[in-house]
This record gives sequence, structure tokens and C-alpha cells, in this order.
Amino acid sequence: MHRHSILSIAKHALTGHRHWPQFWRTPAPQSHYDVVIVGGGGHGLATAYYLAKEHGICNVAVLEKGWLGGGNTGRNTAIIRSNYLNPVSTRFYDLSLKLYEGLSQELNYNIMFSQRGVVNIAHSRAQLRMMNYRVNALQHAGIEAEMLSIEELKFLMPLLRENSPSGRQTFGGFIQRRGGTARHDAVAWGYARAADALGVDIIQNCEVTGFNQSNGEVVGVQTSQGEIKTSRVGLAVAGHSSELATKLGFRLPITSMALQAMVSEPVKPVLDVVLDGTIYVSQSDRGELVLGGGTDVYNSYAQRGNLPRVENNMSELLDLFPAFSRLKFMRQWAGTVDTTPDSSPIMGHSPVEGVYLNCGWGTYGFKAIPAGGLTFADTIANGRPHPLIDAFSLQRFTSGALIDEGDSSGMDDKEALL
Amino acid sequence: MIQIDCPLCGLRDEREFTWGGEAHICRPENPDTVGDEEWGSYLFMRQNPRGNHRERWCHSYGCNQWFNLIRDTVSHKITSIYPIDQLAPESGDDNE
Ligand SMILES: Cc1cc2nc3c(=O)[nH]c(=O)nc-3n(C[C@H](O)[C@H](O)[C@H](O)COP(=O)(O)OP(=O)(O)OC[C@H]3O[C@@H](n4cnc5c(N)ncnc54)[C@H](O)[C@@H]3O)c2cc1C
Ligand SMILES: [Zn+2]
Repeated sequence: MHRHSILSIAKHALTGHRHWPQFWRTPAPQSHYDVVIVGGGGHGLATAYYLAKEHGICNVAVLEKGWLGGGNTGRNTAIIRSNYLNPVSTRFYDLSLKLYEGLSQELNYNIMFSQRGVVNIAHSRAQLRMMNYRVNALQHAGIEAEMLSIEELKFLMPLLRENSPSGRQTFGGFIQRRGGTARHDAVAWGYARAADALGVDIIQNCEVTGFNQSNGEVVGVQTSQGEIKTSRVGLAVAGHSSELATKLGFRLPITSMALQAMVSEPVKPVLDVVLDGTIYVSQSDRGELVLGGGTDVYNSYAQRGNLPRVENNMSELLDLFPAFSRLKFMRQWAGTVDTTPDSSPIMGHSPVEGVYLNCGWGTYGFKAIPAGGLTFADTIANGRPHPLIDAFSLQRFTSGALIDEGDSSGMDDKEALL
Repeated sequence: MIQIDCPLCGLRDEREFTWGGEAHICRPENPDTVGDEEWGSYLFMRQNPRGNHRERWCHSYGCNQWFNLIRDTVSHKITSIYPIDQLAPESGDDNE
């Protein structure tokens, strides 16, 4: 792997940046792999990287039907935080946040993790109480989080309107200072480059169209580039998980929804924290406001959002920050997200022997990529769920041991709006 | 923007409606005798197809009636609208 350093950048600057090597190879698929990962988003690529690095399993293929990071990983608003509620969630997401803190070094690739703090605002006393509860739970779990007064909120966000004509009031809030944003593409590319250097074959334009099974065990995958033999398959296809589950003969508690994001024209620095609430908004390094809200309200594989949600996001934004009313919005897009009934992921065994699940990331799985990859690789390598993801098993929808993160994932808030 | 042809009120914008999820999910006859597997499946497992989906909608900001329809989850094209208490018409979809 061509190491990035100040020297290498200086050297390439002198030659006009014309001679940077390819970040990864473009191999043709082999006839057999020890492990096949389906889906070249952040979770699939990170899993392949940790399989090779932590477990020495390098005969791995990542099969991606489109281009790397072209799914939700390259479409999300890139917010990273670990301020969840249940201990199983906070342990998991905080590991992910810690891995993010060292990821640029680990991958020798700048993922531009900017820990500018993630702020939530309470617009009712009930919400404020819930935040208090969450902050206490977080502190108890050893994760830093602190309540904010209205004055502190206004100090952090001078343009915030405390009470709006719509009747919205501000009661306080809380902040996780270690939270922030990272460059989403860089996370996918950094993992891809590092995995490729360890011998992983990353194969784009290769869609998995079916599976070969024998006695309830997987023995291979059918792809648009031919059949591949393997006894271990990791599915990391986000909103497309139900489709592949149907091909394998089981159903999932997943509903695929369109989640939209949009960016404004760039302006000078106006917002230097990430605001997370009925909508979430942050300012990118280029100065654009990056805005997202809840999902559209019916299932969709369209990767295209509808107008009512755009209007809703805009009116929420302007209610909070009237000063943004003159901004023009430049682009708007959507991803197909894999929502679950309890807003927690599904990881671990599937009903088919040798097939492992990594899905249900809904609207919140970007922050989970490093820990998702690390624990999923460990799960596949050892044929049993990693202790940190045991509770996220598909089995919980039979046992009833749901992990309700509807509040912390933001899903509750956003549904309540519609 | 989807437009939905409410059986009572005619063609209206989607924002007047509420989506009710997959249609034709049957509550097990005797919950007391049903095992966890079947009950979990009833509560949580969904078809979630890419393509034709039979689903429930309510015209909440209109006549407030529930009805069923078949919509393509990629193009959002609606091919059939039928009463809430009717079986799905045959429409080439295979999610049984
Ligand atoms: C608008 C938006 C905003 C978001 N904001 C945030 C946020 O701020 N913070 C956060 O933590 N999360 C956020 N998320 C969620 C986050 O983006 C996802 O949960 C995360 O990226 C999921 O990663 P993944 O690798 O599982 O899926 P993806 O990145 O979607 O990768 C799955 C890949 O599988 C491929 N695939 C599908 N079917 C097949 C097949 N049959 N064969 C081969 N390949 C296939 C797809 O092409 C895709 O590239 C947001 C999502 C969206 C859409
Ligand atoms: Zn009506």
C-alpha cells in the first residue's frame, strides 16, 4: 500500500498530482473464497478489513452490485455519537466512536473526523425529563454527556431561536462533546484500500442474485459475474436485506424506507456543532448546511425522496433558525434504509447455516461502521456472535427481548411530527 | 409526490393520507395457544418486497376511511385500489 504522509503529498504535489496509484485493484472473481461479503458499503468493507487484519482470513471477496459506498454509506449525513440509552447499545456505539477516534491513523487515510459535539434540544418538559434520564444512563455507563441550559444552547448556537411563533419553546438540551461528523466516502474508501492491501478482493458491478444451499447450509452464491463457492456469507446490504432473505427462504422484521438528505449553498461558519432533533443539521467543512430528518412515510426502494418530507425538513429548520431562510438548497437525495421495529440493528446468525446478518441499521448505521465491522468479522471468523452484538440477534423478535432505541435513534421524534 | 385515488373522495395528494403498512396480516386465531415463533412472525416479520406491495392506507385528512392498494415500491405506481375487507386481486405479485 502506498502510505500517505506529508512527504508523499509533497512529492505528488510537485508532479501535479498526476501519479497517485490506484487505491485498490479491480480483480475478477475467483471460483472460491473462504468468506464472501455481500455489499460494499461501510459495514461490508470494514468487515472484510477486520477479517483480514484481526483473524488472518484474507481469502475474502466483497461483492458490490454498484460502486463502493454508493448505498447509504455515501448518502448519509455522517453524524457519529454514542449517546444511546440501553447498556447494550451504548457499549456498542461507544466502541465505534472510540474506533473512529483512531481510524485515520489505523487506515492511514484521513476520514476527517471532526468532534465538534452533538447537541439535542428539548421542546417540552417531557422531552427534557427524557434527556435527563438519558444523560444519567450515559454517565452511569461511563460515557460523557451533559445537560445544557437555554443560555448554554444559545452560546453554542447563536442563531437558534428560543421560542418560535409556531409555539415551539426551548426547555434545555444536552451535548455529547465527543460526537461529530466524518467524511462518509473516506470511511468506505479507507477501509477498501486497507482491506485490498491485505489481499481482500473488492469486486464492484457484481450483484448477488441467488444462493446455493445444501442440507440447510450455504455452499455458494450466484452473481452477475458467475457462481462463487463459499461456506460463509456475510450479508451487509442494508435496505436490500429482505430481498436476499427471501432468496434464502426466510423473512426479516425490516421495512425499507427512503431517507433523504439535502445540502445548502456554502456560507461562512454559522453553526459549529451538530444539532440532532426533529431534524439534524450540521455545517460541512465547505460551508454547506447538511440537513436530514425522518424517513418518508411508506416503504420504498426508490432512492428518491418525496416532497412532503422536504417541506417538513425545511419548515423545521426555519422554525429553529429563521436566519437560514435566504439560503438556497443545492442538492437533495435519498437512500434506502433498513428500519426495524425497535430501532436497533440485527446482527449474527441467520436461519441458514453459514449465512450471517449485518442489517437493520436504519437511519443510524454510519456511526456503527467500525464496531459493526469489527464484531461482525469476529462473528464470522468464530461462527458465534461476538459478545457485544449477542443482544442484536434476529432471535430477539421471537423471544421478545427488544432493545428500544426509538428515542435515541430519533425515530420517535420524527414520526411524531407527521 | 404520489397521488392516491381515494375510493370515496377521488384523486388526492399523498400528504392527505396515512400509510398503514402491509395488508392482509392475520392475527393468529388463538393467541393463547400460539408459540413464540408464530407470534413473533405475526408481530414483526414483513414481506418488504422490491416491487408490488399490498398495503393499507387511510385518508386521514379526508373521509378517514381505510382501504387497500397495490403499489410498486420502486416506481410508486399504484395498480389497484380495493376495499379493506377484500382479498387482494391477482396482480402478478407473488408475496403470498
Ligand atoms: C440520508 C441518510 C442520512 C443518514 N444519516 C446518518 C447519520 O447521520 N449517522 C449515522 O450513523 N447513520 C446515518 N444514516 C444511516 C447510514 O447511512 C447507514 O445505516 C449505513 O451507511 C449502512 O451501511 P451499510 O454498509 O450497511 O449499507 P450501504 O452503505 O447501503 O451498503 C450496502 C451495499 O450493498 C449493495 N447491495 C445491495 N444488494 C446487493 C446485492 N444483491 N449484491 C451485491 N451488492 C448489493 C448496495 O449497492 C450497497 O452499496 C443515514 C442514511 C441516509 C440514507
Ligand atoms: Zn377519502
